[in-house]
Amino acid sequence: MKPLSKTIENIKPSGIRKFFDIVSEMKDAISLGVGEPDFETPWHIREEGIYALEKGKTFYTSNAGVKNLREEINNYLKRTQNINYNPLTEILVTVGGSEAIDIGLRAILNSGDEVIIPQPSYVSYEPCTILAGGKPVIINLKAENEFRLTPEELENAITDKTKLLILPYPNNPTGAIMEKNDLIKIAQIIKKHDIYVLSDEIYSELTYKGKHTSIASIEGMQERTILINGFSKSYAMTGWRLGYACAPENIIRQMTKIHQFAIMCAPTTSQYSAVEALKNGDKDVEEMRQSYNMRRRFLMKRFKEMGLNCFEPYGAFYVFPCIKEFGMTSEEFALKFLEEEKVAVVPGTAFGESGEGFLRISYAYSMENLKIAIDRLEKFIKILKK
Amino acid sequence: MREELLTIIEKNSRIGLRDLSAMLGREEIDVANEIANLEKEGVICGYHTLINWEKTSLEKVTALIEVKVTPQRGQGFDKIAERLYNYPEVKSVYLISGGFDLLVTLEEKSLKEISNFVSDKLSTLDRVLSTATHFILKKYKDHGTIVNKAANEQEREMITP
Repeated sequence: MKPLSKTIENIKPSGIRKFFDIVSEMKDAISLGVGEPDFETPWHIREEGIYALEKGKTFYTSNAGVKNLREEINNYLKRTQNINYNPLTEILVTVGGSEAIDIGLRAILNSGDEVIIPQPSYVSYEPCTILAGGKPVIINLKAENEFRLTPEELENAITDKTKLLILPYPNNPTGAIMEKNDLIKIAQIIKKHDIYVLSDEIYSELTYKGKHTSIASIEGMQERTILINGFSKSYAMTGWRLGYACAPENIIRQMTKIHQFAIMCAPTTSQYSAVEALKNGDKDVEEMRQSYNMRRRFLMKRFKEMGLNCFEPYGAFYVFPCIKEFGMTSEEFALKFLEEEKVAVVPGTAFGESGEGFLRISYAYSMENLKIAIDRLEKFIKILKK
Repeated sequence: MREELLTIIEKNSRIGLRDLSAMLGREEIDVANEIANLEKEGVICGYHTLINWEKTSLEKVTALIEVKVTPQRGQGFDKIAERLYNYPEVKSVYLISGGFDLLVTLEEKSLKEISNFVSDKLSTLDRVLSTATHFILKKYKDHGTIVNKAANEQEREMITP
């Protein structure tokens, strides 16, 4: 038989996948390894999906998504970020934020274009860049900067081939955020070098130190930014597979081409439910955010008590403690912890080499679950420290 | 911290001080003081347990009784409400807007005892004009808790990106 695609074969499988296989073998393990909310989708949003089905809304929608939904997305961005998009030409509804990342990169990159990817970060940026013919240029973010992207780091990574910066904040896996002041400095460099930004803001509603600022809201940035967001994290709708991209018309037009040939349209039921989420879901978001925040504080306090080194993250639902003092790699630590205490956490290296020495611990779990897991972590660490 | 604290213990009054203070990001002593204040001020009125008596061998019958009354000059509905809520078998008394005045929840061991209460005690009160008794056949949700919720099998994967 003839060989398969070299490009694909050369892409490393997700580091998370490997760990997943080990964990699935382990019976009765408890997990802090999940990157999705533990809440079910709020009932009024689910009910809207049921109504949509009852009313027979079972057809394709327009490629770009239900018009009403695109208008609500624009309203949402207006009220939270004070930015305006034309719902007809500048907003595209996608199958999760992940699709938007993929087609955004494909719409912008030519072969050999460099894409700056700060890591640790979500697992798909690097492979999607390669699939789109781009060349990933990795910035290894530092714990001492709270895993924020600094202007110096960015400036040093830029070459005359740089086409785009991926800006993944609030960040999975570190929980880091970029505040307005940080973004203003980054924006100056981006404008100076005339590069695009793909801003993945899927965790935008989950911040615990003031509201999230989108880089698109900074002067001169909207015209060069693909803003990506979605419903998975803020409204606990991961299984509905619904996200969106907002960008200048010329970019959205190209993205829509890929979307219409590869996907056709995002799931219809999900789109109608999402309208309800944007219209009447603020209260749910706030309640979930408060729950996450309590768990976040709980973890930070327990880490402090057990002497586990961790910067205080203000976004998403992850903490990213440092385990360098124990003389093990992240993977060794995570495996040993799983074998001895039956708790699954994700090694930081699943999100890039700079994740070495760290663990991603998700607090998208009930307090009961967190308590048990953290008690076990405390016990585990006590033994290691002896 | 007050509202946040109340939100947590309204759902779980048994939570320990250590966890509670960690969740609130406060010192244990501060949280303990705040709880003491809330109790003193009558914001926290009690710590109860939600029990599904149907799963026990004890028989309980619950009725909701709509009561129409004549309010008293100078005291409105308060006096008549007091006459009612002093009965230990009366579980709750609300003043209601709409077609009747007081909504009384009554818990007894049998239907007969409820009917005795209504005919002997309630209807004979001076100011009571009429009553309508509704027996509760099944409790689906109580105090924000779904009573017979099937154990929610977490269908989430163990590890996801």
